[in-house]
Amino acid sequence: MTIRVGRLQRPAVQESAPAALVFEGVSKHYGATTGVEGVDLAIPAGELVTLIGPSGCGKSTTLRLAAGLERPDRGTICVAGDVVADKRRFVEPERRRVGLVFQDYALFPHMTVAQNIEFGLDRLGRGDRRARTGEVLDLVRLAHLAARYPHELSGGEQQRVALARALAPRPAVVLLDEPFSSLDESLRAQVRRDTVATLKEAGTTGVLVTHDQTEALSVGTRVVVMRGGVIEQADTPEKVFEQPATRFVASFMGDADFLPAHVHRALLTCEIGVVSTVPGWANNEADVDVVLRPHEVALQPDPNSPARVSAVEYHGPFVLHYVTLASGRTVRSWQPHTVRHPVGTPVAVTVAAGTKPTLLLGDHAITSPPPGTSLQPRLPLPIQ
Amino acid sequence: MTETAVLAEAGTPKRRPRRAAGAGRPAWSALVVVVAAVVVTPVLAVVLDGLGSLGSTAPPRDLPGMVLTTLLLMLGVAAGSLLVGGGLAWLVTAYRFPLRNVFVWLLVLPLAVPAYILGFVFLSVFDVSGPVQTALRGVFGAGVWVPEVRSLPGAILVMSLSLYPYVYLLARTALMEHTAGTYDAARTLGAGRSGAFRRVLLPLARPSLAAGMALVMMETLTDFATVQYFNVQTVSVGVYLVWKGTFNFHAATQLAVLVLLFAVAVLAGERVLRGRARYHRQGGRGQGLQPQRLDGGRGWGAAALCMAAVSTGFLIPVLQLLAWAVGGAVKNPGFLADPRFGQYIINTLLVAAVTAAACVILSVAVGHGVRLSGGRFASSAAQLTTFGYAVPGAVVGIGVLISFAALDSALEAAGVPGGTGLLVTGSVLGILYAYVIRFLAPAYQSVDASFAKIPSTLTFSALSLGAAPARILARVHVPLARSGIAVALMLVAIDAVKELPIVLLLRPFGFTTAAVWVYELARENFWEKASLPALVIVAAAILPVLVLVRQARRLETHGKAPA
Repeated sequence: MTIRVGRLQRPAVQESAPAALVFEGVSKHYGATTGVEGVDLAIPAGELVTLIGPSGCGKSTTLRLAAGLERPDRGTICVAGDVVADKRRFVEPERRRVGLVFQDYALFPHMTVAQNIEFGLDRLGRGDRRARTGEVLDLVRLAHLAARYPHELSGGEQQRVALARALAPRPAVVLLDEPFSSLDESLRAQVRRDTVATLKEAGTTGVLVTHDQTEALSVGTRVVVMRGGVIEQADTPEKVFEQPATRFVASFMGDADFLPAHVHRALLTCEIGVVSTVPGWANNEADVDVVLRPHEVALQPDPNSPARVSAVEYHGPFVLHYVTLASGRTVRSWQPHTVRHPVGTPVAVTVAAGTKPTLLLGDHAITSPPPGTSLQPRLPLPIQ
Repeated sequence: MTETAVLAEAGTPKRRPRRAAGAGRPAWSALVVVVAAVVVTPVLAVVLDGLGSLGSTAPPRDLPGMVLTTLLLMLGVAAGSLLVGGGLAWLVTAYRFPLRNVFVWLLVLPLAVPAYILGFVFLSVFDVSGPVQTALRGVFGAGVWVPEVRSLPGAILVMSLSLYPYVYLLARTALMEHTAGTYDAARTLGAGRSGAFRRVLLPLARPSLAAGMALVMMETLTDFATVQYFNVQTVSVGVYLVWKGTFNFHAATQLAVLVLLFAVAVLAGERVLRGRARYHRQGGRGQGLQPQRLDGGRGWGAAALCMAAVSTGFLIPVLQLLAWAVGGAVKNPGFLADPRFGQYIINTLLVAAVTAAACVILSVAVGHGVRLSGGRFASSAAQLTTFGYAVPGAVVGIGVLISFAALDSALEAAGVPGGTGLLVTGSVLGILYAYVIRFLAPAYQSVDASFAKIPSTLTFSALSLGAAPARILARVHVPLARSGIAVALMLVAIDAVKELPIVLLLRPFGFTTAAVWVYELARENFWEKASLPALVIVAAAILPVLVLVRQARRLETHGKAPA
């Protein structure tokens, strides 16, 4: 699957500066296991892209390939317009303009904060080196800790030093490998905001690997969802969530239930009744699956309904209701925390007004009617 | 005794960092392969020459006798060490008795007295002219029967007493560290104290006991100095005598192949005994075996047993050496100031320093190379560099001789008359080469242990910050691995000070080290004169033992501390 992130949406950036990081048909296998397979990706300069997927999906391999820690079996990788890996060439990591921030920060324990940052600036003269170190320390607001050793810093401070160190040599792209996952829940949100702000301020392109869906949606200007070494979807956070390209993306990026549904002349119906209308399908008839997210599903107690509340989970602000339909299938519904239908309550299930649910044919989303589903157009009524 | 280092590592489970830059760096991979080749070549040469020349020379007449003697000696020392080392480990772990906390670490001390020193002290006391037999004759008359001291049982006794700490340490680590949770589980499932020991602890300790016995047997196999005091003809002695007596290459290599077969058999035996078990921690945290109190006479009996082991293995020989040194100095103040002594000490220190430096430099290069080049190929090659520790000294020695001979003939063929001249004159270079082969393992293991603690993300970060491999080596890897480097330097230097068989085989005429001097004087029964160099060696050898002692004590406090 070939997906260009942002190429169409941001032609201005594309023309003025080459993409910071480009993968073209990149594959990497470890023996019989697939690392990544045929990955195409173009990340425009200045963007922050999150890379997400279940473990083993190839997100870390993608990062290692970009950093030069792995050599691709096939394909081409470019950093800031320069080919760094293809069939013939391979640029060692120390000669690529790629910065790395790891989950364990990987600060040099025997060097002070300032020495850590200066490590990547050895090609500069002493004065320039000092100046640049001061600059990036100011950027992460840690100038007062320059003389400290890493073990004397808190986790959040270490994370900021790691970011400052990676930014110091002005890399074309900074790769962040689950940079917040070793921080406390309470600290994480703050550090995450700081990191995003810092990257934005520095104007550096960032690729952030995460396994946290909320993080992926809230941090990135683009989200790349991977599975089994293949990119399933690369899009804005809103599109990934609201218009998932595949069944996997729908279920991985947020909760989703799937019900068999039918479209007849633009009317989408399923077990719970009419779901919505589907513009553009006026003359089609097709069997599809409809993706229903719990926040789109409404419940109303109804003694005549065959659907029953089968389980209730309290989540604080919301209460998640599991409803078993007549067919035995289950849909979930978020209800405000004041609403709690006891297990066994017969409920009528509807879809909230205005919902534009995603339709799946097989495992892929469809937006236009699949071929071979056309009906005879309705004849206009004769004018009398 | 190379195995001190190996032993020190056995207890610590290693966390292998992810392989580094899998992109591959041919130069660094090649370096690792070259080091591995340098280590492996001489041994390979022995095997090829030995097997290739089969039938060209008649085997020594007493070959079956040698093989049998070797077998009996190795099995005897293994059994003796298991009895003493395993028994004492059980005693100090399962029971409380007077002075137990002191004995826990005192019992390691005999490692500091090499068998070739313990051996001659033992002979001086128990041989025909020694005080014990003289006293017996005084009491029972001249015709009294005493067992022959210079014999196979005598050698087994001395070597068991000198080598048991290997089994002791590994058994204790196994009993203390690996089994606590499992033992608790067994008790909660209704097994009694002895039942849990028999059915849980012993099977879990079996791999460690097997490893300890394998170390002991390898040491026994490597020795060909101590056993000569006792007139015990092992195959290793055979290699030495054949080479020194006839300078017949093929005859020596054939015997060396036999020695190698014994080594392979030991390692294979260890594998079988170990089964599919591994050294990783079993069952996690827990109370584990709680020591039971031994009261009164039984308590003191246990203390006496420990005292006996420490005394015979360490205290008595060291005191005897001190007595000789002091006595000799009192009788004739000039005797300690033998002018040759200074030269021999300098020789010893020079060889030790060069060997240590060479081993550490190679180890760091290999560790760095593996980290940078990643890949299974380089890692396997790195493993090969440690293979010398399992090769008996006689095999390494002969292998180095063959390699030099081959180099000489190659040079002569290339038009350099006389080649390197190394073989004819014998050479300190040969000793150094053989030492590097033999001692690269402890050096690499401690350096590698330090490298393993450097997260691979640190290396990657340094690379992504634009640092070339050489700069990463100097600024990141070496500073962070310096504790391992220091330990490696110390271990190798001390091993080199203690090492005897290889020098005996390879030394050029007139080149003597402290160890050789002890051996020569001891063979001539000049006990007093041998005492001073022997004390120097013991003093050096005690350093790594103190490291082990510290480890044993840490284990002790760690085991006691509430989790």
